[in-house]
Amino acid sequence: MALKMVKGSIDRMFDKNLQDLVRGIRNHKEDEAKYISQCIDEIKQELKQDNIAVKANAVCKLTYLQMLGYDISWAAFNIIEVMSASKFTFKRIGYLAASQCFHEGTDVIMLTTNQIRKDLSSPNQYDTGVALTGLSCFVTPDLARDLANDIMTLMSHTKPYIRKKAVLIMYKVFLKYPESLRPAFPRLKEKLEDPDPGVQSAAVNVICELARRNPKNYLSLAPLFFKLMTSSTNNWVLIKIIKLFGALTPLEPRLGKKLIEPLTNLIHSTSAMSLLYECVNTVICVFFFSQLCVQKLRILIEDSDQNLKYLGLLAMSKILKTHPKSVQSHKDLILQCLDDKDESIRLRALDLLYGMVSKKNLMEIVKKLMIHVDKAEGTTYRDELLTKIIDICSQSNYQYITNFEWYISILVELTRLEGTRHGCERIILSKSMCRSAVIDVLFSNQTLEAMLRPKVTTLPGHIQAVYVQNMVKLYASILQQKEQAGEKEAAQEITQLMIERLPQFVQSADLEVQERASCILQLIKYIQKLQAKEVPVAEEVIALFAGELNPVAPKAQKKVPVPEGLDLDAWINEPPSDSESEDEKPKTIFHEEEQRHSRHRQPEIDEEELARRREARKQEQANNPFYIKSSPSPQKRYQDTPGVEHIPVVQIDLSVPLKVPGMPMSDQYVKLEEERRHKQKLEKDKKKKKQKKEKRGKHHRHNSLHTESEEDIAPAHHVDIITEEMPENALPSDEDDKDPNDPYKALDIDLDKPLADSEKLPVQRHRNVETLKSPDSEVPLVEKKSKKPKKKEKKHKDKERDKGKKKEKEKKVVEEEEDEVKKKSSKHKKKKHKKEKEEKSKDKKKSKKKSHPSEEEPPESVQNGTLEDEPLPVSSCSKPLRFSQGNLQHDSQVTVSVIFENKSTSFLKSMELNVLDSLNTKMLRPEGSSVHDGIPVPFQLPPGISNEAQFVFTLQSIVMAQKLKGTLSFIVKDDEGSTHEKLDFKLHFSCASYLITTPCYSDAFAKLLESGDLHMSSIKVDGISISFQHLLAKICFHHHFSVVERVDSCASMYSRSIQGHHVCLLVKKGENSVSIDGKCNDSTLLSNLLDEMKETLSKC
Amino acid sequence: MHLQLSREINSVRSVKESEDTQQQIIRETFHLVSKRDENVCNFLEGGLLIGGSDNKLIYRHYATLYFVFCVDSSESELGILDLIQVFVETLDKCFENVCELDLIFHVDKVHNILAEMVMGGMVLETNMNEIVTQIDAQNKLEKSEAGLAGAPARAVSAVKNMNLPEIPRNINIGDISIKVPNLPTFK
Repeated sequence: MALKMVKGSIDRMFDKNLQDLVRGIRNHKEDEAKYISQCIDEIKQELKQDNIAVKANAVCKLTYLQMLGYDISWAAFNIIEVMSASKFTFKRIGYLAASQCFHEGTDVIMLTTNQIRKDLSSPNQYDTGVALTGLSCFVTPDLARDLANDIMTLMSHTKPYIRKKAVLIMYKVFLKYPESLRPAFPRLKEKLEDPDPGVQSAAVNVICELARRNPKNYLSLAPLFFKLMTSSTNNWVLIKIIKLFGALTPLEPRLGKKLIEPLTNLIHSTSAMSLLYECVNTVICVFFFSQLCVQKLRILIEDSDQNLKYLGLLAMSKILKTHPKSVQSHKDLILQCLDDKDESIRLRALDLLYGMVSKKNLMEIVKKLMIHVDKAEGTTYRDELLTKIIDICSQSNYQYITNFEWYISILVELTRLEGTRHGCERIILSKSMCRSAVIDVLFSNQTLEAMLRPKVTTLPGHIQAVYVQNMVKLYASILQQKEQAGEKEAAQEITQLMIERLPQFVQSADLEVQERASCILQLIKYIQKLQAKEVPVAEEVIALFAGELNPVAPKAQKKVPVPEGLDLDAWINEPPSDSESEDEKPKTIFHEEEQRHSRHRQPEIDEEELARRREARKQEQANNPFYIKSSPSPQKRYQDTPGVEHIPVVQIDLSVPLKVPGMPMSDQYVKLEEERRHKQKLEKDKKKKKQKKEKRGKHHRHNSLHTESEEDIAPAHHVDIITEEMPENALPSDEDDKDPNDPYKALDIDLDKPLADSEKLPVQRHRNVETLKSPDSEVPLVEKKSKKPKKKEKKHKDKERDKGKKKEKEKKVVEEEEDEVKKKSSKHKKKKHKKEKEEKSKDKKKSKKKSHPSEEEPPESVQNGTLEDEPLPVSSCSKPLRFSQGNLQHDSQVTVSVIFENKSTSFLKSMELNVLDSLNTKMLRPEGSSVHDGIPVPFQLPPGISNEAQFVFTLQSIVMAQKLKGTLSFIVKDDEGSTHEKLDFKLHFSCASYLITTPCYSDAFAKLLESGDLHMSSIKVDGISISFQHLLAKICFHHHFSVVERVDSCASMYSRSIQGHHVCLLVKKGENSVSIDGKCNDSTLLSNLLDEMKETLSKC
Repeated sequence: MHLQLSREINSVRSVKESEDTQQQIIRETFHLVSKRDENVCNFLEGGLLIGGSDNKLIYRHYATLYFVFCVDSSESELGILDLIQVFVETLDKCFENVCELDLIFHVDKVHNILAEMVMGGMVLETNMNEIVTQIDAQNKLEKSEAGLAGAPARAVSAVKNMNLPEIPRNINIGDISIKVPNLPTFK
């Protein structure tokens, strides 16, 4: 045997391992891709082999390739195979690969549930650890739901190593399965005071992470954290707690005062810079604020350590939000940081600038920024700069801008910069143009031409849409200029230009652009017509843009209540077939207008005609289902256009002619502005009239109504950016700002409410019983098997053993039920104490009951294993492994859950459980201990308390039922002292308990029966009065079968043993009798099973 | 150094990306990090690529290696710098005087060590002694599992590794031990 293994591994060692692969890749620098595809082929071959070591090696190499960017999702199934290997070495490789390549979309991930559950309850802490680590990387909502309870149990594991991992992973579980938060929270809270610092740190970590998102739910923990903060010496924990208090204090101002003292102490005592920084940060940002702190930050920023400088600026930006004034005094320092060679620091300084601008220094700051824009290399930084400049200038409705001409020139300069965010920047530019109609006038012909360049069509649709809109505005203002100047030819030229260039937008793929462009095109064509008749149109066109048009609020659409009786999905009209007609109409207009390019005036086309055509167009639009109606406001505006005389046309003093394509000119504005201010100051000094300074009057082309005083220089045109258009009867709702997709929102859960029964974590249950809903299963079956041995033992015992029971490690569900059979020993006791040991039998379990757990039910039910079949192909490695579990075919383990209940009034401790191993069944003991050593029970029992411990047994053969004798020794401690006591018991392993409820499809079942390698046996039981339905439920429940098919009073059932035996049953019900025909790979197992079944049924 | 970057980012990010995106992140991160001067701060705002303004890159530079962590605002910046230090010191202990080649040829081990420190993107353990103890125990377990069958494999890999001295020829960077600067350690 050993020789064979050695031989096998000699064959294997010439396989390529990870190191060889790495070496190979490095040696094939030129044809790396080819080499790797070769390797992948090899790996595919290796994955086909049965030897798990070879597979593991292959998966290990794949993990490396994944890191290099190769897709390895095709090997997901092989990864699961390696994960289910019994050796830790392989298991770790498997889980590593899984954590690297599994994600929510990996479909095989659901197959891992059982494997992970098995590993989580493994006696080897590293198996559990590696499973937790892996799971933390690929946990899905399904996995979280199925495994939440297992993980929660692990939070109280004896090993701190497991506890800390279990605690930490709970955060991931909460995220994926928020319902688990409330049931798990008490235990999580408990872990804050865990004796192990690692576990404590993990718990703090999780709670801080939760509290960061929803601080108000965690206020009640403040005293606990306060205690931790004053007692803990772990800097990580302290930092987390301090950050947490930073989030809590705004909600509970009284906290602040309490915290000042411990924080100050920490600041003085700690040597760790990180902790010191966090303390200072929290103090200044949250609790109280003083100039002193800002001074301290200044020292940080001036520090030569770049990290501290960065952090200082970061903290400063937090102050900025609350106390902008005090930051402004450090402008010099921050501007200096703008020149820092370090980009991160420059970015931080930029952020600060935002809060530091005023009317006075805006130009200066922006000028400085413009220099940086020119120098900037990285696109990220440049984009950041551009956005910041625009943000800074536009904040609070452009309140700091005193000179819009200057601003426009800045924008124009920015537009000319090439950059990745060009488009984005443009939209901001365009927006700003929309807002202040004034500004538009400043643009000249060239701008319009520039805007009409075909290049524009490469911009994203939403930008083009704004673009088109602005073009018309520009056009309107230019038109007005020209008309006023009497340059009719020029005005017509511009119209012609528009008509030529607009069609490129009409062809746009973007609906919005297309719509706007075609509307405008029609409008302009009409204008051209009018122009041809020499009707002055400019003022009317301008009137289109007269009203204040606020942006529509992003949620406006949602808020429009649907009127009663309106079906939004119904056709408004039948889909029209006459869609061409609409195309023709404009065409005719166009032709007509071409023909009528004569000079004679036609004054009769006036308002009336206009109105008529608008009406017609509206009609057309209404009939066109493809036409997306604009919001009511523009139309209304259209109709309510006041008389031309009433249009407030704001005049602007064009002191400097604006040349768009020219050189940067913002500097000139700066100079001008300075000059102007200087003048103003002088004038003020002279105490002349405080108003109406016509200092630049000579430049005015038109009468300027607009003058500015130094302090309150009103922007030329006030635009309210904040207002957003909402539909009239918008439904008020405050849920708007919450993103329904925010994963953290789901965790906003009140944790102080007591747990409701319905909130318990789902526990895997016996599916068949549940589906059959057998009312009968509610009746607890009093176990017979165990009664007899009990009597034997009882003679000399004060205590009795109730019942032996085992649970299969892999599959079985054991839950504590209120109606679980608790055999209370009523025997007379000589001693004061009695102890009852209960082992729940899954045979007695009622899943049915579970939906209405009684109040006294302990909240944590014991659970492990699932009923699902082992979905993984098990490797055919033929070596029995001493410490393995889960190698179903060759060796098996079962886990027995034992509930210890102290019924005495004394304290029980040092409990040790030992069984007399049989040849077949052995208790799994820690390495190095002899068969005579007991296994310590990992807890003590105060009076009246019960607790559960699990013991693992290995089995050779499962064809026969087994009974094991065992002893529990313990020390009884009472007032008089301690005595050593023993309690004997027997463990009964029935054959049915080796069966795993395994679903089976009828076709597979038929094949199995046909295969012919099954032995057959049958029984008949008379005197059955219960219904067939209940009967099947009983068999499913007590013997772990599942129903394959049921026809009338005949049913086929299937189950599988942990060692892979197939068991098929055909159950027929006659009058008052039941016959069961069974087929199984092993005849002994089958006959034993049938005997057990007979016993069960005979009690019906 | 490529390898390191990949692992750091992969483990700290909770959201899994496709391999392509992952590679792109690594490339861009490397690009950002590698062009930074020696005496600048260790923080980088990577922008949209790493998930927005709440996240930042925190890195340390040792000889030819960059250790990059991507963290959100719930982590202390200086704390993470200390954590990287702990990581490097742990590597140094586990590999007995770690050098770049160790990391290149034993990526799996590096992963395992990191898994003891960072789990699912959350800091698990910061105490170096605890980490080293757990890693040692796992290595022991692995050895005992290999048992008889493992011996020939070990022998072969020893023979294979005898060629190792040739390897540095292929690396332009060479075999430089990581110097561990004496910074205040984090408890």
